[in-house]
Amino acid sequence: MYRMRLWSARHAGWLSVLYNAWENILIRLHPLFERIGYERLDKLFLSIEKPVKGFLFDSRSCGQCTLSITGMSCPMNCPKTMRNGPCGGVRPDGSCEVKPDMPCVWVVAWEGNRRMNKNEHVIEPVLPPVDSRLQGTSAWLRKVREHHGHPELNKYVI
Amino acid sequence: MLFEDEPIAGENLPILPGHVSPGRLERVLRAGGFAVTTEIAPPDSADPVEVYERAAMFDGYVDAINATDGSGANCHMSSVGICSLLTRRGYAMVMQVSCRDRNRIAIQGDVLGASAMGVTNILCLTGDGVQSGDHPQAKPVFDLDSMSTLEMLRGMRDDGRFMSGRVITSPPRVFLGAAANPFAEPFDFRPSRLARKIMAGAQFIQTQYCFDMDVFSRYMARVRDLGLHEKVYILAGVGPLASARSAAWIRANIAGIHIPDSVIRRLRGATDQAREGVNICMDMIHQVREIEGIHGVHIMAYRQEHRVAEIVESTGILQGRTPWHPGIARRQEETRLREVG
Repeated sequence: MYRMRLWSARHAGWLSVLYNAWENILIRLHPLFERIGYERLDKLFLSIEKPVKGFLFDSRSCGQCTLSITGMSCPMNCPKTMRNGPCGGVRPDGSCEVKPDMPCVWVVAWEGNRRMNKNEHVIEPVLPPVDSRLQGTSAWLRKVREHHGHPELNKYVI
Repeated sequence: MLFEDEPIAGENLPILPGHVSPGRLERVLRAGGFAVTTEIAPPDSADPVEVYERAAMFDGYVDAINATDGSGANCHMSSVGICSLLTRRGYAMVMQVSCRDRNRIAIQGDVLGASAMGVTNILCLTGDGVQSGDHPQAKPVFDLDSMSTLEMLRGMRDDGRFMSGRVITSPPRVFLGAAANPFAEPFDFRPSRLARKIMAGAQFIQTQYCFDMDVFSRYMARVRDLGLHEKVYILAGVGPLASARSAAWIRANIAGIHIPDSVIRRLRGATDQAREGVNICMDMIHQVREIEGIHGVHIMAYRQEHRVAEIVESTGILQGRTPWHPGIARRQEETRLREVG
């Protein structure tokens, strides 16, 4: 159980390089996306993004992906959906307080984070809480729109 | 202890320059005192007298009382309710806010209400999972985590705005706190998590029970390396264990509490285990007091509340201070009346 997501965190280094390359391609395609319309593309993108990220990370498609700063370990798998680090209930063997058979997603994230940052742990800024309206939308497209400072979407960014 | 500008019981102190709250806890900490806080066990009852009686046990021994918010995911009288009763009598309360049962709308509303009732300290917690309590069927909320709650409340206080951006006409004047557990994996993450809590708005910290001084000293060394001890007031969590059996049970069943074998052995070897539990607690207090960056203790004495007075008294941590309590207020009022009359 949880084999795939643990594998992904172990390979967080090159997965994040791969993702950054993918994001760069998408960012360049922005004019095309604008022409077609982001709303129309969302379903199409989600139909790719959801199974890929679901398979690799057990992603919950929250629509505001943090994988690239949480060591490729999806914080939405935390039973308390903690987005800013582990709670105080982590068991001595590093497993989850709520689901004892699951390794704490933040223990995994901490290791993944180190792999992504040349063996150094990086203290990230405090992440805002989840915007539940974005559940089930494409986080990839959201990143592109944010990059281009899409005014309509900025409303949703806390 | 009385401040010069002591108000009538039940009313808050004036806010001093550089302070964020009109509370006693902030005053004691900022004045460089060694603060003592404790926890009130919320009753499974709607009777206010039970709350008053439980609080009275701490009279003169603590600077503030934490009102827990469904701790262990068990249902009890709410922290808002307890704070409402006790602030009316003038007690300094630390209202615990857990993210397990309420979303951002409910929490912000509760904080405004609590502040209006005279609550001056709020401890932001993520909260235990529902599975550990008596209603495992419940839907866990976790709309926010402790970190985003801190940021939200700091925004309400300092910017005078709800999370939505809407203006609050009179912001809540609260001293913000958070918990820290130096005794859980991943150990090297813990100091940086503390750093983030401070970034998010934490001004005081109450830690999980300290039974392992080696781990705690290492944690505090890292905290000092990061300079965090100068940015936040850290109150070390301590408490008496009732017996070796209960210690073993707590270790096995309550998430996040780390009790080393040596402590359990020491309890088992004692003729009076409850007494030895108090001795261990007092030893811990003496030890944490020596650590640079510790500004007080948080005594958690669940079902042993009657021992708090003795622990405070014997360790001498108040250094001759008598924290405010309604008895002092009564005496103060009598003196005032005599002077007038």
